[in-house]
This record gives sequence, structure tokens and C-alpha cells, in this order.
Amino acid sequence: MPELADKQRLDRDFTELYRAHLRDVYSYAYYRIGNHHDAEDITEQTFVQAYRHFERAQRESNGRPLRPWLIRIAHNLAANYYRDRSRRPQTNLDDAAILSAPLDTERVVEEREEVKEVLEGVSKLPDDRREALIMRFALDMDNREIARALGRSEGATKVLIHRAIRQLEQGLKEDQADE
Amino acid sequence: MSDVERVEQMLRSALVPVEPPERLSDRLERGLSELTEAAADELADWELSAMRDPRNWMPTVTAIVVGSAAAGGLVLVRARQQHKKRQVTGVKALQRSMRGVATDVRKRLRR
Repeated sequence: MPELADKQRLDRDFTELYRAHLRDVYSYAYYRIGNHHDAEDITEQTFVQAYRHFERAQRESNGRPLRPWLIRIAHNLAANYYRDRSRRPQTNLDDAAILSAPLDTERVVEEREEVKEVLEGVSKLPDDRREALIMRFALDMDNREIARALGRSEGATKVLIHRAIRQLEQGLKEDQADE
Repeated sequence: MSDVERVEQMLRSALVPVEPPERLSDRLERGLSELTEAAADELADWELSAMRDPRNWMPTVTAIVVGSAAAGGLVLVRARQQHKKRQVTGVKALQRSMRGVATDVRKRLRR
């Protein structure tokens, strides 16, 4: 049984983890699920689960960052979400980055179209490739972190990301050819 | 720029981090606060049972005294909620919460 002082230290550390990575977990959940409502639920459940297992995770991390562990929890919860509802991710574009851009110019309209195409392309990728891209580009995680979050080797992760980008590139080219 | 680099650049533009809504922070902090309170109650129950054995008196008293100082971390989350609910200053909420902790510690030591 932990002593009170240990528990207070754990709570303090957990508060720091929460503050540092709330946006990461939310961004990951949002891009995986595709809507804000369910992304909020996944984020909440992620931190509740993380709190319950935080002591053990901290003990076993040997000082390594806990972000991959946190994202892995979100990843498992998102996987359950799809299993339970037999859904594919949505690309709820109006709510994401696009609205933050200024309006009016033709260039902005083109950029919005491009962003929309990329997000749609990402949503069509196989789960593991899509997740790796979200972690790399939305969360700015390096190969080592992504490997830990996905439970793969660094080499396999590097290959996974490379193939994901290649597949996306191919898909975008095909879409352009169709138009 | 190669095709791969161009796609990477497009991905950076498309997959920007998304700020969580403020209501989520409130909801999370409320949920986590309830969890930490439940855990603290559990710990307090264990401490009381441990105090029945005189061999545990010194370590337990030390833990309570040391822990009460560190209790600020937990209290801060609750204090923030009180601040929002009652529109009082954070300092007052913290002072009130700390007084609560101090009273609790005094009660335990008297038992």
C-alpha cells in the first residue's frame, strides 16, 4: 500500500502528464474517430484509465517519456470504439484545421480543397498506417515514440510510415487522374 | 521537392494539432478529482486500520505530516473547480482546502 506522501507525488506527476499531453490525446482521438463528441469521450476515458495504472506505468517506464503509453491507451480505446460500432473514421473537415485559416482568397480555397483531399486519403488508409501518420504529423512523435505506442520495432515503424506516405501519394494521384 | 516531401508537407498542413474544448478540461478535472478523492479515502481507511497497531504509529504519523504538505497538488484541482463554481479567488479556495486538510490531519492525530 503506498504511503500518503507517495500518493501525493504520484498525483502531482499525473497532473503534469495530463497538462502536457491533453492536446496530444485529444488530437489523436479526433483524427482517429473523426468527430469532437466521441473524441472527448475517448480522451476522458484515456486519462481515467491512465490514472488507474499510472503508478505501475511510472515504475516500469525507467524514466522514459509516458506519452507513447498514453497514446497506446487512446489507441486501444479507439479500436474498441470501432469494434463496438463497426464504424470507419469520419473526416469531419469543417471542424478541424480548415476553419482556422483566413477566408476569401482563391489560394485559401485551393488549400482547403487540398487539406480535405489529404484527410480523406488518410481516412482510407489501413488502420496501422493511418495511426502512424496521425502520430507523426499531428502529434510530432518520432519513430521511437511511435514504435512504443504501436508495440513495434523502430525499423518496422519507419517502414510503416514510409509505406503509408507512398500509399497516400498514390491515392492522391489516382484521385487527381479521375477528376 | 520530391513527391514524398510534397505529401509530407501536405500532411503537416492537414494534420494540425486540435485544441480540446474547455468544457472537456472541466469535465476531466472533475472526473479525476473524484477519482483522487476516492483513492485518498481508501488510503485514509488503510491508515486508520494501520494506526491500531502501535508499531505503525511513527511511520504513519510521518506520512500524514509529510503528505499534508504535498496535498496541495490534489487540492489545487478542487480549488480550481470551487473557484469556477463560486467565483471566489483561487487563493481563498486553496486556503479553505488547506484548512480542511489541516483539520483532517489534526483529527487523525488526536485519534
